[in-house]
Amino acid sequence: MSTATAGGAAVPGPPPPEGQSSPKGRGAAGGRRGRKTTILGAPRWVAGLFLLPALLLLGALVVYPIGYSLWRSFFDASGDGFVGLDNYQEVFSDGAIRTAVKNNLIWVIVAPSVATALGLIFAVLTERVRWGTAFRLVVFMPMAISMLAAGIIFRLVYEQDPERGVANAITVTVHDTFADRPPFPGAHPRPEAGLDESADGSYTVPSAVSADSPQLVPLVGAKRRDVSGAADAAAARPEPGKVTGTVWFDFTRGGGGRHGVLDPGEKALAGVTVQAVRDGEVVASATTRSDGTYTLPGSAAGAQLRLPGDNFDEPYNGVDWLGPSLVTPAIIASYVWMWAGFAMVLIAAGLASVPRELLEAARVDGASEWQVFRRVTVPLLAPVLAVVMVTLMINVLKIFDLVYIIAPGTTQDDANVLALQLFQSSFGTDVNQGVGSAISVFLLVLVVPVMLFNIRRIRRERRR
Amino acid sequence: MTSAEGVAAVRVPAEAERGRSGAGVRRSLVSRLAARAGGGAARFFLIVVGLVWLTPTVGLLLSSLRDPADVGISGWWKVFGDPGQLTFDSYGDLLSNEAITDSLWTTAAITVPATALVVLVGALAGYAFACMDFPGRDGWFLVVVGLLVVPVQIALIPVAKLFGEIGIFESTTGVVLFHTAFGLPFAIFLLRNFFAEIPRELLEAARLDGAGELRLFFRVVLPLGGPAIASLAIFQFLWVWNDMLVALIFADSGNPPITVALQQQVRQFGNNIDVLGPGAFISMVVPLAVFFAFQRQFVSGVMAGAVK
Repeated sequence: MSTATAGGAAVPGPPPPEGQSSPKGRGAAGGRRGRKTTILGAPRWVAGLFLLPALLLLGALVVYPIGYSLWRSFFDASGDGFVGLDNYQEVFSDGAIRTAVKNNLIWVIVAPSVATALGLIFAVLTERVRWGTAFRLVVFMPMAISMLAAGIIFRLVYEQDPERGVANAITVTVHDTFADRPPFPGAHPRPEAGLDESADGSYTVPSAVSADSPQLVPLVGAKRRDVSGAADAAAARPEPGKVTGTVWFDFTRGGGGRHGVLDPGEKALAGVTVQAVRDGEVVASATTRSDGTYTLPGSAAGAQLRLPGDNFDEPYNGVDWLGPSLVTPAIIASYVWMWAGFAMVLIAAGLASVPRELLEAARVDGASEWQVFRRVTVPLLAPVLAVVMVTLMINVLKIFDLVYIIAPGTTQDDANVLALQLFQSSFGTDVNQGVGSAISVFLLVLVVPVMLFNIRRIRRERRR
Repeated sequence: MTSAEGVAAVRVPAEAERGRSGAGVRRSLVSRLAARAGGGAARFFLIVVGLVWLTPTVGLLLSSLRDPADVGISGWWKVFGDPGQLTFDSYGDLLSNEAITDSLWTTAAITVPATALVVLVGALAGYAFACMDFPGRDGWFLVVVGLLVVPVQIALIPVAKLFGEIGIFESTTGVVLFHTAFGLPFAIFLLRNFFAEIPRELLEAARLDGAGELRLFFRVVLPLGGPAIASLAIFQFLWVWNDMLVALIFADSGNPPITVALQQQVRQFGNNIDVLGPGAFISMVVPLAVFFAFQRQFVSGVMAGAVK
C-alpha cells in the first residue's frame, strides 16, 4: 500500500496536554533519580535490554545495509573488481537508466503537485457541503488498498479496446459525438457483385441508377456486433420520381442464403450514406433507414450510386494510454487517484485550524471568494502544503508497484523509474548488483536533506 | 485525532467554532448570492469528482462479478443494461483455487507477526527512550529519527545476501523480520512521543506497589499507550498486507503472499482478468474492513507521519 506517509515531517504523536509537556515531567522525576539508575529507579542494564531487540533489528537490517550498499556500489557485477565510481557513471549514461532518472524527475515534479493541488481544492470545497465527509471517504479510500490492486484497477481502466477500457470508452464517445462514427467498419461487397472500389475505400455501382427499379446493394464483412441489433432488411418499393434501393447484410445466419438476393431474415444496414454521383460530382445523397432502404430524389436518376468509404473506415479506437508516450502520465494519474486523499485529509486538518475571523474579515473588506482563497487561506496553509508536498515527493521517489503492474511489457522501458530499474538490476532481467547498489545509494542521497531537516526539527523541539 | 496540529504545524482546531459564530457580520446581498451560486457549482464539481473517483473501482468490481466470457467482449458498464449478467462464479472459482487461498494465508502469516513484532519491539524501545535514562539517549533517538526516511530499496541487496547466508531467504520469517525492521523507526518515534506524556506519578505509584520493570511495561505502559499503539498497528498492518516489493524479493516464491500471486498473473492481463479482478477484491477485503472499522486511528496514523 501506501507504504509512506508524512515523510517530510516527522511529527510528534499525541498533542501534549496543556501545561504538562515532556521536559517538565522529566524534570520533576529527575530530582529523585539515582546516579546509576533510570528515571524510575531501574538499573541501567534494564534500559539496554529494552532497547536490544530494536537495536539488533535496526542495526542488521537497516544500518548495516546502508554501509554495505555504499561499499557494494564501488564494485562490478560480480562483486570482485573495484570499479570506483563507474557504476554511478552508468546510472547517468546508460540509456535505460537515464530514462528512469528522467521519468523519476517527471514523477517527483508532477505527481506531488497535482495531488496536493487537488487535495487543497477538495479540502476547501468539502467544508461547504453537508456530505463533505462522505466525499472525503470516497477519495481517501484508495489509500487503504495495495498499489497492486490499484494497478489492476487501472490496467482495466486503460485497456485499449473501447469496449473494455472505460478511459477509451469515454474518449471514443466524446470523439464520436463530434465526428460521425463509421457505421459498418470492414463491410464490403462480394467481388462478384461487380462494384468498383476506389482508393478512398468507396464502392460504386457501375451501372447508372434508374427511378423505376430499386437498386439492391448487398454487402458482407460487417462486424457481428455492429449488425446484431439490426432490423430485417426490406426490399425498397419503387416510388414515382424517386430513386430507391436497399443496402443490407447479405448473409443468412446458419447458411442457406443466396448471394445477391434479399433472403428473408437478412439484416438491414442502417445509417449507411449513399450518394448519387454524376461526372465526379455528388448530386444527391441519402442515409439508409432502419430497414436498409434509402430514397434519393428523382434528379439522381442516371447518376452512379456510390457508397463513400467513410461508411467502412475503421472506427476511432481511442487513445493508446499505455503506449510509449502516454504511459508515464497515465500511471501518474493512477497515483494521484490513490494519494490525493492523503493530501486532502492533512490539508483539511490544517484548514480546520485556520481562524475563521481572518476569512470573514477579508470577506467583509470586500474580497471575493477567490481572493480569500488565494490571499488568506493558501498562505495560512503554506506549512501544511509544504509537509504534504515533501511527504509525497519522498513517496514518489520510490514509486515501484504501480509502474511494475500498469506498464505492459512492451512499454515498461518507456515507463522506467529508478526503483523499478533497481529491482531489475538487483533481482530481475539485467542483473548487475553494483549498478543496483549505486541506484539505491542515489535514492538515499536524495532523501538525506529531509533526514537532516527532521533531525534538526526534533532537536530544536527537545531543546525548547 | 492525535497529531493533526502537529503535522499541520498550525494551531489547534478548536478555534474553528469560535470563528464561525464570532463573525456575525452582515455580508452584502451580492456576495451572499455569489456564495450560493458558488456553492451549487462546488456541489456539482464534487459530485462529478466523486463519481470519477469511484468509477475505476466500481469498474473492476463489476467486471469481477461478470462471466469471464462477457468480460472479454464488452465493457463492465453493460451490466447496467443487463443485471442478469452478475454472478459470483469467478469468486467461487478463485476461492476453490488452492494457490490463491494458500497465498491469502501466507499474507496473514506475514502480516500478523510483523505487526505484533513492530508493536512489541517498538514499544519496548519507545518506553526506554521515553522513561529511562542511559548514556547517549538523545543521540540514539536522533539516529532513529534519521532512519525514518531511509528507503527500503537501500536494504534489498544486502539483506537478501544476509538472509541467504543465514538460510531465511525466500521465507516468511525473512519477510516478517524485514518489515519489522523498517517499521521500527516510525514505531519507536510515535510511541516514545506518546509514552513521554504518561504522568510520571502513575509509573512511580506502580513501582512503589512493587511492580518490576516488565510488569510495569505490560500492565501500565502498554495499556496507557492504547491509542498510539492502535494507530501504529493499523498502519503497519495495512502496509505489510499491501506490500508487494518486499514479498517479491524475500517471500518463498513457491508459497507467495496474495500480492505476489496476483502479480504473476498480470503479464497476461487480458486473459487473466477473471483471476485478477476477483483476486484484487479479495485482497482488498481485509484492508478495507480495517480501514472502515478503524478510520480514526488510520487517519491519526497518517497524520502522525509514518515515514517509509
